[in-house]
Amino acid sequence: MLYREAGQFKTNYVADSAIFPLRQDRLGLGLIIVAAYALAFMGSDFLLQAVLIPFLVFSLASIGLNILTGYTGLLSLGTGAFMGVGAYACYKLMTAFPGVNVIVWIFVSGFFSAAIGALFGLPSLRIKGFYLAVATLAAQFFLQWCFIRIPWLVNYNVSGALEAPLRTLFGIPIVGATATPQTRYLVVLTIVIVLTWLASNLVHGRIGRMWIAIRDMDLAAELMGIRPLQTKLLAFAVSSYYCGVAGALLVFLWYGGAEYDVFNINQSFFILFMVIIGGLGSLIGSFFGAALIFILPIVLGIVLPAMMSPFGISVGADVIEHLRFMIVGALIIFFLIVEPHGLARLWQIGKQKLLVWPFPY
Amino acid sequence: MRAPDNPVFAKGDVLLAVDNVSLGFGGVKALTDVSFDIRKSEIRAIIGPNGAGKTSMLNCINGFYYPTEGRITFKGVKRPKMRPYEAARGGIARTFQNVALFKSMSTLDNIMAGRSIKMRSNFFWQLFRHGPAMKEEVEHRRFVEEIIDFLEIQHIRKTPVGRLPYGLQKRVELGRALSMEPELLLLDEPMAGMNLEEKEDMSRFILEVNQQYGTTIALIEHDMGVVMDLSDRVVVLEYGRKIADGTPQEVKGDQRVIDAYLGVAH
Repeated sequence: MLYREAGQFKTNYVADSAIFPLRQDRLGLGLIIVAAYALAFMGSDFLLQAVLIPFLVFSLASIGLNILTGYTGLLSLGTGAFMGVGAYACYKLMTAFPGVNVIVWIFVSGFFSAAIGALFGLPSLRIKGFYLAVATLAAQFFLQWCFIRIPWLVNYNVSGALEAPLRTLFGIPIVGATATPQTRYLVVLTIVIVLTWLASNLVHGRIGRMWIAIRDMDLAAELMGIRPLQTKLLAFAVSSYYCGVAGALLVFLWYGGAEYDVFNINQSFFILFMVIIGGLGSLIGSFFGAALIFILPIVLGIVLPAMMSPFGISVGADVIEHLRFMIVGALIIFFLIVEPHGLARLWQIGKQKLLVWPFPY
Repeated sequence: MRAPDNPVFAKGDVLLAVDNVSLGFGGVKALTDVSFDIRKSEIRAIIGPNGAGKTSMLNCINGFYYPTEGRITFKGVKRPKMRPYEAARGGIARTFQNVALFKSMSTLDNIMAGRSIKMRSNFFWQLFRHGPAMKEEVEHRRFVEEIIDFLEIQHIRKTPVGRLPYGLQKRVELGRALSMEPELLLLDEPMAGMNLEEKEDMSRFILEVNQQYGTTIALIEHDMGVVMDLSDRVVVLEYGRKIADGTPQEVKGDQRVIDAYLGVAH
């Protein structure tokens, strides 16, 4: 009853083209953001460090891939590598210029990723679909080779790993071994909120329409005067920017240090699954996808042993691990059959039903 | 909407001239030595039996194909080899035989997408959806709403076009082409698959666009009644060659046209 459109009249085009036209939606979003910040002070270190920080990082990477694959319809398997470019660029920048705040370098490192992404996006003018996916696979392998073979990227560190040096914001450590999960979570949360807001502005405006036009009917888009190459390269650049920032966050604000194999092909597939399950062409879907693929196994890992114990069944950690894989796998297949357009579409249908509840239409 | 004011091209001047155009795909000749012109503010029909090369002709005009021989002159300038988006920026809009809308977008967004080339605000403002970006969005929305009013599709403004019936999709596609404020509008079978009422509506829109805004229209259509009623001049193609050119009356009486459509006894 609370969720109604009634009484909310739009009197100008600005209000009518708002991203959240419903007052209740805006309120809900505000509450979620407040709750997310509150969690920093109420959540345990485990919750912040092992669940929420990675969830946000993967959501950001999913938004990046969603811009490319969901909105522009260009399939990419190079996400892991583009994340890696961001992480390595951030490492080089923050060690070369330690005086500049690390937050600045996290945002700047995305531009390196964007440039590399646009470069590997060049074949997209000529090739489409699976063939483009194979072309981006080249980016994945080539960049990963660079991460291994160019010791300059890790400042000739003998272990070949990226190590987060201590960096502070207003005197509080946010990167490095002494940074608490709480401060790191707050930094990641703020960056993800800002970048999600910017992405949402982009996809709802002229540029988003151009991307979707290219995805839905590229010939007609070209006839509207939309230049295919520029539009696709812009999608590659923006997408890689998001992936790059996500990569930098992953290494420096979650892991605290990483080797090249974090950015392997598995990472690319992992993000791609999040995007497909969450919903192609939906920003909120990116969050849903990351939640289902990343948080659900953790929840199962806690819930399954607890469910077993009242029956006196004690199972080993290995069985739980296998069960986890089976359940997550089954759920993924289930969701894809029930709603091939992803969790975002389920969410949308749910909201529409709620609008007219208790009536069917 | 306002008519594109171009003092050089008054009503009746040749807007687009096709001279001796041939188009071949390997051994297949789609067009052979076709010449005709389209004058400012007229409705020009291109007709012919199936496979006559009508759509190939439109594809040449808006840059999908480049003629193997001959030349196309638009607004007095011989056209270099150009891509479709360059033709679009030059003022040529088009609808398709089989609807080519952006299926997942709403009617409004589809027509707004047609305004993309008119929008100027840069990436920075787009990021913030503020200042010039929002001002521009509202400005173009106003224009798009005029088109929506004109085509009487207010009720489906926010419906994803994939869910619309065929007749309405055709109408939205016309709206999208109109939103580009074209000088030359190419319509590829705008009435295919429509019932009588929808055809009448569509004919009315085509005539109104032509009369109110002086938009030049090139039209491919199989419904002879519609062609004869709407068009000022008709060009007839058969097997990639031009067999007749003139007013509907002239063409209707032409023996070669009658043979092409009805067959000829050997």
